[in-house]
Amino acid sequence: MRETYTETVCPEPDASVREPDCVAVEGAAACFHCGTPCPDGKWRSETKSFCCGGCLAVYELLAENGLADFYRLDGAAGVRVSQPVAPGRFAYLDDEAVRRRLVDFEDDRITRVTFRIPAIYCAACIWLLENLFRLCPGIGPARVHFSRKEVSIEFENRALKLSQVAEFLSSIGYEPELRFSDLREKPAAFERRRLWLRVGVAGFAFGNIMLFSIALYAGLDAFSGPRFETLFGFMSMILAVPVIVYSGSGYWRAVWIAVRRRILTMDVPVAIGIAAIAGRSGYEILSGTGHGYFDSLTGLVFFLLCGRLFQQKTYDRLSFDRDYTSFFPLSARRRDGAEETAVALSELKVGDRLVIRHGELIPADGRLIGGAACIDYSFVTGESVPVEENAGDYLFAGGRQMGGAIEVETVKPVAQSYLTSLWNQDAFRKGRRGEADGSANCDSGESFNSLTNRFARLFTPAILGVATAAALFWWIQDPSRVLNAFTAVLIVACPCALALAAPFTLGTAQRLLAERRIYLKHPDCIETLARVDAVVFDKTGTLTGAEAGEIRFEGAPLTGDEERWIRSMTRHSIHPAAVRIGKTLDDRRDPGNVASFLETPGQGMEGRVAGTAVWMGSARWLGARGVSVPENGNGLSSAVHVAFNGVYRGAYTLQTSLRPGAGALVADLAKTCELALLSGDRPGDSARFRDLFGAAASVRFDQSPLDKMEFIKGLHQSGRTVAMVGDGLNDAGALRQSDIGLAVTENAAAFSPASDVILEASRVGRLADLLDFSKRAIRVVRWSIVISLLYNVVGVGIAAAGLLSPVVCAILMPLSSVTVVGFGCGGAAWAGRRSGIAADPATANTAARRRVEPGMTATHRETEEGVKS
Amino acid sequence: MSVILILIPLSILIAACFLAAFIWAVRSGQYDDTDTPSMRLLVEDQAAERTSETTSMHDDKSNQR
Repeated sequence: MRETYTETVCPEPDASVREPDCVAVEGAAACFHCGTPCPDGKWRSETKSFCCGGCLAVYELLAENGLADFYRLDGAAGVRVSQPVAPGRFAYLDDEAVRRRLVDFEDDRITRVTFRIPAIYCAACIWLLENLFRLCPGIGPARVHFSRKEVSIEFENRALKLSQVAEFLSSIGYEPELRFSDLREKPAAFERRRLWLRVGVAGFAFGNIMLFSIALYAGLDAFSGPRFETLFGFMSMILAVPVIVYSGSGYWRAVWIAVRRRILTMDVPVAIGIAAIAGRSGYEILSGTGHGYFDSLTGLVFFLLCGRLFQQKTYDRLSFDRDYTSFFPLSARRRDGAEETAVALSELKVGDRLVIRHGELIPADGRLIGGAACIDYSFVTGESVPVEENAGDYLFAGGRQMGGAIEVETVKPVAQSYLTSLWNQDAFRKGRRGEADGSANCDSGESFNSLTNRFARLFTPAILGVATAAALFWWIQDPSRVLNAFTAVLIVACPCALALAAPFTLGTAQRLLAERRIYLKHPDCIETLARVDAVVFDKTGTLTGAEAGEIRFEGAPLTGDEERWIRSMTRHSIHPAAVRIGKTLDDRRDPGNVASFLETPGQGMEGRVAGTAVWMGSARWLGARGVSVPENGNGLSSAVHVAFNGVYRGAYTLQTSLRPGAGALVADLAKTCELALLSGDRPGDSARFRDLFGAAASVRFDQSPLDKMEFIKGLHQSGRTVAMVGDGLNDAGALRQSDIGLAVTENAAAFSPASDVILEASRVGRLADLLDFSKRAIRVVRWSIVISLLYNVVGVGIAAAGLLSPVVCAILMPLSSVTVVGFGCGGAAWAGRRSGIAADPATANTAARRRVEPGMTATHRETEEGVKS
Repeated sequence: MSVILILIPLSILIAACFLAAFIWAVRSGQYDDTDTPSMRLLVEDQAAERTSETTSMHDDKSNQR
């Protein structure tokens, strides 16, 4: 490849951490760039204040290059960059094999690559990214795809390397999310486009045929006789052929599959209808007895395909189909001798030694070789407290290292780690909706047992029955009208409205929920939610929240000076525990200057304040420095121990407490559902939870993933529909076992592939409202179906009497479709209001909001909230 | 009135040309993203107004497309 690069380098904003100047002025100003409150006025430019050096650096970069309009577009729309990009972070992107699979297009001048950037969330982001060429020479046109949160960038590959582009993006806050799955084949865009093409052809034919039909209905043939009827008839037929053959091809495929596998879905009556109309109309035109029903046919196909388009748009927005490859990063750092190289995950072999740094994920099961390991297994075992491991210990893939760099020797390939086996086990695999039985509804993704399909199984035989009965009736009365009546019934029995009722209602409901940060994998989840009568909770993180706990100091009370020292220390840390401690201390007095501050992430921090050496951290960390730490009796809450000048002083214990609204939620749910609490934690707080749940519910601790699964199976056997609310991957099995799994997450980072619903942590209190909303939404769907049935009854009545004419059909069908769609969408909005779930305003794109839809990277999450404890 | 016999096939032909244009548009990817252009529209107008003195003629043309 190109060996030399010209010295064009993107101007990196100088985001190196600046030594804070401790002349503190406590202000409540909001950062001009990102909107988060500035702790003090350290970083300023003219009259604007910033929360950190990163934001200030990006601001300066934009201002220098004439892009200050960014701030006029959406207020403080910037993304916070609190950690400078480590050099070499994206070095693996320059590897030939990796690059070739990632880029869309490459020739000797230009390379085009598409990055997924979860931080895109507003119009200002679009503008900034599409104006990248002004910030960085070498970068050319860029185009953002907002709903997929992607940006396609063209750059001159002689001037810039791919890794430099990624680094530059990260430095302004738009870090690309690079996942293992990106290395695999990308799905063709053609699939999506095919639906548009089909809709276009059907719409074209529908419109033109309707023009002919209106002329005929209005009596044109009275002017010039049957010539026009013949002409128009043939033209309708010619126009309808592509619709039947191309636009409707999905339905023919469905019928073929249904016949082969003897299952009945909504596609079957549609296909029957199309066939009946086509047959009858063709006969009428060719024999000159009429001008056919092709307007109804093309209209039918058009409306149904529009329904599919609507469903697909909802899908695009909220796609979280994930398997383990979406969870893992693209590469890891491998040590060969003294060198470290970035290697793609697909190239890792057993025996490779990996260097894993703070905050990084362990990609494969391995053995700890060196370094102080403090692994956060919250996603694998559900334990929220990091585990300290010794050399020689076995480390599981999926754990996150919190601490210095460690060296791990790979023992199993990535694909065979405990984590992926947990996800891939057949026992855990729910049939993917619509595909397990090969139903062609995989296009629309409807589950086999959805309301619509169950209805189709009643509808089809009923219609065939009525048609046969009508035929028999006429056979007796007037045999010449037998065929007329039979085909008429099949034509007018409009499955259109039926097929549209559920998708539109549930699709609207799904969007309504998504705007309120409850993300459903699929609209059918609403049906399951409506049936739920048992709810199982996981304790950590779902009912408790780390923020609102009580902080107590264990030990002799601190003097004012000592509090001041501690406060000075905590101000330099972004660790949540330190921040919380700092908040409880008196902030009226000026904190002192801290010299030689050093934080060991995840373990502790040290510094000198006013001549005293202050150490604050975990018991083990202090112990390693020779401070004797007394046994902490209460094992459940995390503690931050304090030592002055090497002498133990005391500890801050941080209690976890219930989320606001948890009590009310449990009381609400208990009215309609059986409740249970299964937690993997030790039973330290059991009394509190038993009180909360009452005697009727089961409250169990020390549950392993298998225990949880067994319990849910038990509930199933007693005939209940179970919803499981969890937050860790150790619940993955239970989430799959339950009828519907709800994953609670602090930031919609969505890492549990077995969950059907992703709930932001602040939304857990809404669970009762969610169930109520689902019940109402399903009620709306049922009513929509009733309405469409009424239309059908009228139509079939006319048809069975042999009185059907094309006009009636052409009016009835669009009318029923529009009524049902309108009722469904309106009904979904009503359900939202009545259930109370619409009480929160939709929070789509406010600049103040820092939440992003599912897909946000773990690294971005860290950037937002600092080091997770 | 019999001129309709010519006009109708002709108009169908013209309509078919539009259909062909639609098909071309879908295949060239113009329907892949129907959300972003609506947001981009707002953004560019404001930017073009304010930075007109710093952008070159070329940039103006591409902004106003």
